[in-house]
Amino acid sequence: MTRIKFDDQTFTSQNDETVLDTLLHNNVQVPYGCKQGVCFSCLMRSLDNAPPASSQVGLKDTQQKQNYFLSCLCKPENDMTVVLPNAESVWLDAEVIEKRNLSANVIFLKLKSKDPLAFFAGQFVNLRRDDGVTRSYSIANIHNPNHELEFHIRILPDGQFSRWVADELQIGMLLTFSHAQGSCHYIEGKEEQPLLLIGTGTGLAPLYGIIRDALSYKHHGEIHLYHGSRDESGLYFVEKLRELAKKYSNFHYTPCLSSSTDLSTDYAHGRVHEIALKECAKLDGWRVYLCGQPEMVKHAKKMAYLQGAALNSIYADPFTY
Amino acid sequence: MSDNTTNLTLFEQLGGEAAVNAAVDIFYRKVLSDYRINRFFDNVDMEQQAAKQKAFLTMAFGGPNNYSGQDMRNGHAKLVKMGLDDSHFDAVMENLVATLAELNVPQELIAQVDALAQTTRNDVLGK
Repeated sequence: MTRIKFDDQTFTSQNDETVLDTLLHNNVQVPYGCKQGVCFSCLMRSLDNAPPASSQVGLKDTQQKQNYFLSCLCKPENDMTVVLPNAESVWLDAEVIEKRNLSANVIFLKLKSKDPLAFFAGQFVNLRRDDGVTRSYSIANIHNPNHELEFHIRILPDGQFSRWVADELQIGMLLTFSHAQGSCHYIEGKEEQPLLLIGTGTGLAPLYGIIRDALSYKHHGEIHLYHGSRDESGLYFVEKLRELAKKYSNFHYTPCLSSSTDLSTDYAHGRVHEIALKECAKLDGWRVYLCGQPEMVKHAKKMAYLQGAALNSIYADPFTY
Repeated sequence: MSDNTTNLTLFEQLGGEAAVNAAVDIFYRKVLSDYRINRFFDNVDMEQQAAKQKAFLTMAFGGPNNYSGQDMRNGHAKLVKMGLDDSHFDAVMENLVATLAELNVPQELIAQVDALAQTTRNDVLGK
């Protein structure tokens, strides 16, 4: 007999009962569909003990690592505290410790959390200011003992939050943020696997975090990064990434411009995902990360899949502004 | 067929859930690459669609399912308006059989899967 904690209530699961059945028997309303592990409607996450592997079949490995499971398949072996995916979480406090421009319209923001935190580079958090205005931003750095989080914030002309970051937010000020979410991140254990990363604009933030994570795990498979923008002003970190490519022979960086009049050979010219998927044409066994403009992500996802990448190996994070 | 296998269900003989997972990526890729039918899949979310393909394959493999003819009708009504007909259904079947052949599934089991999948034809086409 195991105990299931959900929403501050504790339930005892009867012999051989699934987590979903335990909750439903106790009149707890949670989403579910087929009850056979096919539709994924009943996805949940354990905050403490790992669920049985049999309840994680078919999930992305990043989700498995974060203890996501299908409650309709899960006959718990240990007590678990479970939540629905993306359940509204606790808010933590952080202080702004660094702020500078990466380009004319992208700001680098570094926060230091007051509390220890768990996250994977590439996941996103919600940043919230005092009056409640909240936006999601991807984490561009890897886990560190100082509890620091780095973000690349694109300033939008009418962006309520981003304009405030640009104009008013100062070092020493406080922000609150949610726990890290999303399954677009690196996972250790397949260091030989080739990686393809395609991003537009500040879609580079999660990709940069993922690359740093991969390199910190001594990833030795080829890593191909394609970063695209309309013109030069939308690219940033160009020198930094070129340096990185010199330092690591398995890391390849291609900045792409889609409508620049400057046809210099410093950049590839064309749409970033078309260039990337032409150069990396056979993707069987690859892991693919796509971040940025929703249209790009959608097209690239389909192309990558048709070119051999397994659907479960494509990690996408479409940005909506 | 040996005595060992005669007692197994079709789903078990095919390899169960693992076989469905192996087949779905190949099958859906074939469907999306097939110029005869891929226009019907242009505006769908790939993950959701793959989950539906998985449910379909589970059913066609004789696995546990909640198959409902009415759901199938409702789900395809829009496509029927777009011109979905027998030729498209046949194309999907062709891709299904080719997927199983690629996975080295024995001919007699392929025939059983084909027969099960064919039972959805009238519901899919709204006949």
